[in-house]
Amino acid sequence: MDLAKHWRLRHARYRLEGQRNRLTGEVRFPPAPPHPGEAEEIWEPYVLSGRGRVYSFSIVRQPPEGFEDQPPYLVALVRLDEGPMVTAQLTDCDLDQAAIDMPVEMVTRRLRDLGPTGLIVYGYKFRPMVQR
Amino acid sequence: MMMKPERPVGIVGYGAYIPRFRIAAREIARIWDGAGGTPVDSKSVPGPDEDTITMSIEAARNALARAHVAPDRLSAVWVGSESHPYSVKPSGTLVAEALGATPWVSAADWEFACKAGSEALTAAMGMVGSGMAQYVLAIGADTAQGRPGDALEYTAAAGAAALLIGPAAEAVAVIEGTTSYVTDTPDFFRRADTAYPVHGHRFTGEPAYFGASRGAAERLLHDLGAKPSDFAYAVFHQPNTRFPQTVARQLGFTPQQIAPGLLSPKIGNAYSAAALLGLCAILDVAKPGDTIFVTTYGSGAGSDAYALRVTDALPERRERAPLTAAYLAREAFVDYAVYAKWRGKLVME
Repeated sequence: MDLAKHWRLRHARYRLEGQRNRLTGEVRFPPAPPHPGEAEEIWEPYVLSGRGRVYSFSIVRQPPEGFEDQPPYLVALVRLDEGPMVTAQLTDCDLDQAAIDMPVEMVTRRLRDLGPTGLIVYGYKFRPMVQR
Repeated sequence: MMMKPERPVGIVGYGAYIPRFRIAAREIARIWDGAGGTPVDSKSVPGPDEDTITMSIEAARNALARAHVAPDRLSAVWVGSESHPYSVKPSGTLVAEALGATPWVSAADWEFACKAGSEALTAAMGMVGSGMAQYVLAIGADTAQGRPGDALEYTAAAGAAALLIGPAAEAVAVIEGTTSYVTDTPDFFRRADTAYPVHGHRFTGEPAYFGASRGAAERLLHDLGAKPSDFAYAVFHQPNTRFPQTVARQLGFTPQQIAPGLLSPKIGNAYSAAALLGLCAILDVAKPGDTIFVTTYGSGAGSDAYALRVTDALPERRERAPLTAAYLAREAFVDYAVYAKWRGKLVME
């Protein structure tokens, strides 16, 4: 059931928590262990704003295992305001609405349902900005 | 009788969430021969990747954004709902984790049909009012289900509202008092292993909805020494369009007082979120000094009534997150087939 794997990823998945370099201010996502020789405390947890723009996108019509009930759906490369690029589904977005450079914001949604005896896996997706 | 904590409390931040999708009541009537009128124009439908947890997270983020309160300062994250995604595994822990409130936080789920959210609100008043907590997040959220073809299917909808309760000195609206009116009234229930609830048809009006709503509201007005015309706005639980209009008239509130908070014609009955979403919509337009009268209702049955007074802090803070109107405006209609697929009404194996 991979319970431990899902549990370890919860901060990154639920709230887009990456890391920030205390010395340079560089922000990275997903979080990673320090490089060899690098002090672990150089990278501190950092929650990204969730704002970004669509760098590119594709429509998935032949889904991988575990996503059979979802197509057609949108997968995008999103350039986050802080710099990192992430791959995620677009949601609340019509297929003909998706566009390169479209402003998007992160929302926490159901990624997969592992069935009646399994977990519901939650994580980040992106959607067109809601008007403020 | 009226309850209020010794230490004054109020709403420090609030947040609404309504899914993007709608189904028209006439589309449901097309499938199921709705020969009479429909109880609402349309209802909200959660997208296939949405549930009580995801909607609670977004409403809560909006509440925290308005308050400028860091999530690790929350003492409790409480989610009231009748549609928690798990039977055993709290919604509150996942919501708290997504907000960044863990691990030094209380998290729990509340149940009382459509007033589960206001149960959490009243408890939050006590927790903050005692000085035990500085900030408590009370959320009402639901993805309600009605049996296909049943009268409930026209209205059983989805939404979430989050209220961040804190000291009155920091509030956008101070809570001046509350009453809770509860009797054992079997107007609506769902047994543990069934998918759809059972309701008592006309019994759900009198004595259930109207009796409890009037009970809580009249007592709070009496104990405050107030009358309906003293309030700028009022909001009631809204299982359809007519019930809140009727109970408002019975109590002496005008259609103008309830108009800004009456969302059910467009989104149906958002259950635990219904009255609280109406309150969010009122806070979106209210001015400092305005007074707001709130009455929730939950089957089983009972009502909570609250009297609020808006402070000078509201106008600036409400701009920090999407207004309820922004969620209402992005409506995208689906047909009954899409709705049936998303809501798990098709037997696949």
